[in-house]
Amino acid sequence: MSLALQARESRPGRVRGADVWRRRLGTALTELAIWVPLAIAAGNVVVFTAWTTWVSFTASSLMPDYTWVGLRNYWAVTRTANFQIAYVNLVIFGLGFVLLAMALGLLLAILLDQRVHGENLLRTIFLYPLAVSFVVTGTVWSWLLNPGLGIQKLVNDLGWTGFRFDWLVQSDKAIYTVIIAGVWQSAGFAMALFLAGLRSLDKDLIKAAQIDGAGPFRMYRRVLLPTIWPIFVTVFVILLQSAIKTFDLVRALTGGGPGISTMLPTLVVYDFMFQRSELGRGSAAAVLMLLSLVVVLAPYFLFMRWRQQRQARA
Amino acid sequence: MKWSRVIIYALLTALALVFLVPLGVVVVNSLRSSQEIAATSMIGWPRHLTFANYSQAWNKFCMAEHCWGIEPYMLNSFTLAIPATILSTMFGAIAGYSISLWRFRGDQLVFGLVTLGVFLPEQMKLIPWVVVLRDLSLMNTISGLILIHTIQGMSFTTLFCRNYYVGIPPDLLKAARIDGAGFFRIFRRIILPLSPPILIVTVIFQFTGIWNEFLYGVTFTSGGQQPVTAALIALSAAITSEPMYGEQSAAVLIAALPTLLVYLFGGRYFMSGLTAGAVK
Repeated sequence: MSLALQARESRPGRVRGADVWRRRLGTALTELAIWVPLAIAAGNVVVFTAWTTWVSFTASSLMPDYTWVGLRNYWAVTRTANFQIAYVNLVIFGLGFVLLAMALGLLLAILLDQRVHGENLLRTIFLYPLAVSFVVTGTVWSWLLNPGLGIQKLVNDLGWTGFRFDWLVQSDKAIYTVIIAGVWQSAGFAMALFLAGLRSLDKDLIKAAQIDGAGPFRMYRRVLLPTIWPIFVTVFVILLQSAIKTFDLVRALTGGGPGISTMLPTLVVYDFMFQRSELGRGSAAAVLMLLSLVVVLAPYFLFMRWRQQRQARA
Repeated sequence: MKWSRVIIYALLTALALVFLVPLGVVVVNSLRSSQEIAATSMIGWPRHLTFANYSQAWNKFCMAEHCWGIEPYMLNSFTLAIPATILSTMFGAIAGYSISLWRFRGDQLVFGLVTLGVFLPEQMKLIPWVVVLRDLSLMNTISGLILIHTIQGMSFTTLFCRNYYVGIPPDLLKAARIDGAGFFRIFRRIILPLSPPILIVTVIFQFTGIWNEFLYGVTFTSGGQQPVTAALIALSAAITSEPMYGEQSAAVLIAALPTLLVYLFGGRYFMSGLTAGAVK
């Protein structure tokens, strides 16, 4: 703030003729360069959110139709089997995916933290899934998990004919295959953040723990991991919000099936909007999805703010 | 070597192999004939090496009534991802610069709103974009997708650039301003020369994100206008009747290659981008 004020005050008083116009043009261009990108970016967020929310309260079907119908779309959406299955699945998938990805990521980070040879190569291997699209991940895992084609077929062909690994085609197990593919894709992300956290720790802290005679396991459990607890919160929240937004992965892996057994909130939105052409209901489903994100993110932002204030005071 | 070291290396090697299996399977299968895959399983060593899958997948493969392989869709993705990456990074750099170093009334509020865009799900923006693209006659065009990714990418690029630029000491700018340098000259002469690290990270993330994006591609384009992620789904849907896993593996690998290469060559920046902001 002070910088801008000082600069404005230090501006020389009066300049004549062409200079005035040049200066005015410069100021106008500056204002434009500051405001146009920001106005578009912020406006996009605010206006589009308000717009979809508005549509969710209207009778829009194939085309937007701004007749107010109150909460009717919400009642209709929440009563569908699609919606109910999607949110049960979100709880199963969300918890399974987040906890397993964090556990695996933490294990990888601790292992890599032991001054191993080839750390760069290993890190590259654990992180590469993150560079690949969910469509590719979903497609490839749909082959590997396909009982007639992938892992089950291989083990059967090797002679163990009784082996079964057919979750992909079992409606009560298919959601777990989404967890497998999701964890494969995201564990590296958790690893990267945990590892960066461990590396940022004070060397003296580690030395003090070693002098106290703590073994490596105890040292991580009692000293190092508790010190990086805020990273656990961050990883948890980022993974959980990405779980809520999961769409391409499940589209490519199961397509929501068998039947509707792997429906997720994003697929419900898409189904209402573009397969049934019910824009009002689709928007209601989107707003409900946004609300579930708010439930996850709002406490996180409050928590971050609280930490910043505490750090500022310390 | 102590036992504990042996266990650490054994675990790491085993996990690395598990992580590599999907990539390895696709690479190997892209070199096997579809008949061979169908007769055995997806996981197996090729009996006869064949490179025919690649030429098939690139420009001969039939899907959705067209027999032109994935070449046109790859070109679509490049025509989409390159301009959208450059534009969103450019605007993000300017926005991040004005928020962090050229402070003004309400800057924190605006920054907060822009940042929220990072978390806002795409589903909340689908209907407005349908209307906007229709009114601009950009429905089913790559330009429409470029517009979407440029505007929406700004949330992310502004956040990244702003977080980097707040680290620039204000004194550096003070002198320039006393000398009479304005917004643009300071940006060009002082900020841009300091920016390569953050611009590289931003470009890598934008390119990867836009290349891999699926929902907008599949919603706003169809047929020959689709980016490659959308076309891959159409491809898997098209071949359920007659499995062609060899060709499909080659197609999947080709589609994943650009972002994989970006990751391999920019891995260091990729990592620093991931951890930026999270570890503080």
